[in-house]
Amino acid sequence: MEAGQVSRRELLKSAAAGATVGTMAAASAVATATEPVRKHHWGMVIDTQRCVGCEACVIACKIENQTPPGVFYTVVTREALPGARNDRPVFMTKPCFHCEQPPCVDVCPVGATYKRKSDGIVVVDYDRCIGCRYCIVACPYGARWFDFGDDYELQPAAGETISPEYRQYRVRTPDGSPVGNVRKCTFCLHLQDEAGEYDREAGRWPACAKTCPAKAIFFGDLDDPDSEVSRILRERNAIRLKEELGTEPSVYYLI
Amino acid sequence: MTLKRLFWTAGLVGLVPLAIGLYLRITSGHELAAYGSIVPWGLWVAQYIYFIGLSAGAFLLSSLVYVFGVKRFEPIGRLAVFTAIVTLLLALFTIWMDIGHLERFWHVFVYPNFASPMAWMIWLYTAYFLLLVVEFYLLMRRDLVVARRMGGWRGRVAAIASLGSRDDSDAGLARDMRLVKPLATIGIPLAVLFHGGVGALFGVIAARPYWHSGMYPIIFLVSALASGGALLAVASSIFQEGWREHREMIRDLGRVVLGLLLLDALFQASEIIIGLYGAEPAYVASLNLAIGGPYAWVFWVVQVGVGLIVPVVLLAAPTRRDARWVTLACAAVVVGFVGVRLNVVIPGLSVEEIRGLTTAFDDPRIRSDYFPSLFEWLVSLGIGGLGLIMFGLGEVFLPLSRHLPRPGARA
Repeated sequence: MEAGQVSRRELLKSAAAGATVGTMAAASAVATATEPVRKHHWGMVIDTQRCVGCEACVIACKIENQTPPGVFYTVVTREALPGARNDRPVFMTKPCFHCEQPPCVDVCPVGATYKRKSDGIVVVDYDRCIGCRYCIVACPYGARWFDFGDDYELQPAAGETISPEYRQYRVRTPDGSPVGNVRKCTFCLHLQDEAGEYDREAGRWPACAKTCPAKAIFFGDLDDPDSEVSRILRERNAIRLKEELGTEPSVYYLI
Repeated sequence: MTLKRLFWTAGLVGLVPLAIGLYLRITSGHELAAYGSIVPWGLWVAQYIYFIGLSAGAFLLSSLVYVFGVKRFEPIGRLAVFTAIVTLLLALFTIWMDIGHLERFWHVFVYPNFASPMAWMIWLYTAYFLLLVVEFYLLMRRDLVVARRMGGWRGRVAAIASLGSRDDSDAGLARDMRLVKPLATIGIPLAVLFHGGVGALFGVIAARPYWHSGMYPIIFLVSALASGGALLAVASSIFQEGWREHREMIRDLGRVVLGLLLLDALFQASEIIIGLYGAEPAYVASLNLAIGGPYAWVFWVVQVGVGLIVPVVLLAAPTRRDARWVTLACAAVVVGFVGVRLNVVIPGLSVEEIRGLTTAFDDPRIRSDYFPSLFEWLVSLGIGGLGLIMFGLGEVFLPLSRHLPRPGARA
């Protein structure tokens, strides 16, 4: 009787253990099968020596993404270097850095912001985001913006504002997403084709890089040794901002 | 009596700004708020950590009675649990107003991110809230059964609140109290974890050196205990029989608050001195804003003056023997800690993360200075008024400070 109970319990135990291991193995198999492998590591190299501070990138970005007032996926800061004259400031255009270790992603309570497995772009799921703004707080680079629902007073002639972001083509309304959400630079991923590729010749290229009259913004695949960005990084000295935080930004500056 | 009338008046007047603020929040979302994308959290987040600290502090002090059996604090045991429930509800209401999509609060339960301190905090205080409600029901059940016999509208409310229980025997009371002890014991680690979690929510942010310290969760707990204890002293001198009946206990509570205040000051000083000596630029910039910026009066007058010096003097000087002075000192702590909470949230955010970011555009949402808008004040004051009303309703309907006489004894 006693022995029978024990063996029965042990049987159940091993069955449970087997089931657990089996489930875990199955889950990881499903994950490897369905999770896209890393195909690209999109990134930017920005040449501060070439930037003239015209802010064409800011305007191009606003037009491309139809962002509301107070939301700027890229900005141009102008700071005189210590000891330098103010007529020679350092201009710095600053999109989201799409960090390899993004602190914004970890803090999101609902997993609404995440780093895409296939190409490393950090995105926001507008339908899941609750608008707590913790990610804005956690980002060391001021790359995230809350959509307060403010609108430009002069609407475009066409009337409705439609943003192509994430290829969702949302029509702007006073209270529907992305109003009340956190927004950010997406490297204009809506311009990728179905396979996730950009095409510079066809104009499917991040708006800021495409527009820059001084050709100061280089965009490409950091994993591809033959890409323009990889070549520049081999040839010139580049820095990344706040390396000490371990965020591993995908945007480099030539100084 | 006049104090109670003042109390009710303040509460009812507070409902007016709450109604206006809520209407504006529903109709215009966050458009009228003064925070932006540089200072993304403002008055409401500060108010949230203020109330949630009061809740954790009041609850942890109630464990003196229900876990450690400290008899002298027995009269405030139930008041403490009630205070913890009210302030938690106020905190949750405040932070609910603050999120961008009110209708999506439930996402945190169905789309969990186990890496997020905020997610953990929300799960933990949900468990804490459920525990509080069950514990409070057990603490009140027998008296509610007794009260329903009194008839009238109070009796009817008691009948509903007792959830149909009719057992007013001493055995039933003893059974309830046997259940309370393990519940209250589980509540201690839960309250420590969730309020430590609130501190960790700030502490983990490496991008904000002002917060990024292992001291942060600990400071949050000590501040919670100090402010929660002070609120309990104030509440027990106003409610039910008031300070005349509770002189001894209020004096004891004053001693506890004094000790906690000094411990809190020690931790804060340690944090500030280490930070200043390290001279990390972003840390020093934030601290300079707090102690020398445009709102330095919040630090010197509200936080240090009203929240620390005044109460420490009153609680250490011979005034400590008079329950009325102790109440005043504790009221000063309750007010002063508003400054403590504001100085946690805003100076940490009001520094530029990237030099030139706030001067790149002339936009009200891209500024490092922040002062709450009228809309934010309306909601804040309104929620404060709602808190007074909730305390008042508790005073009217719930026998908090003593057990009602048994029906047999009444005859």
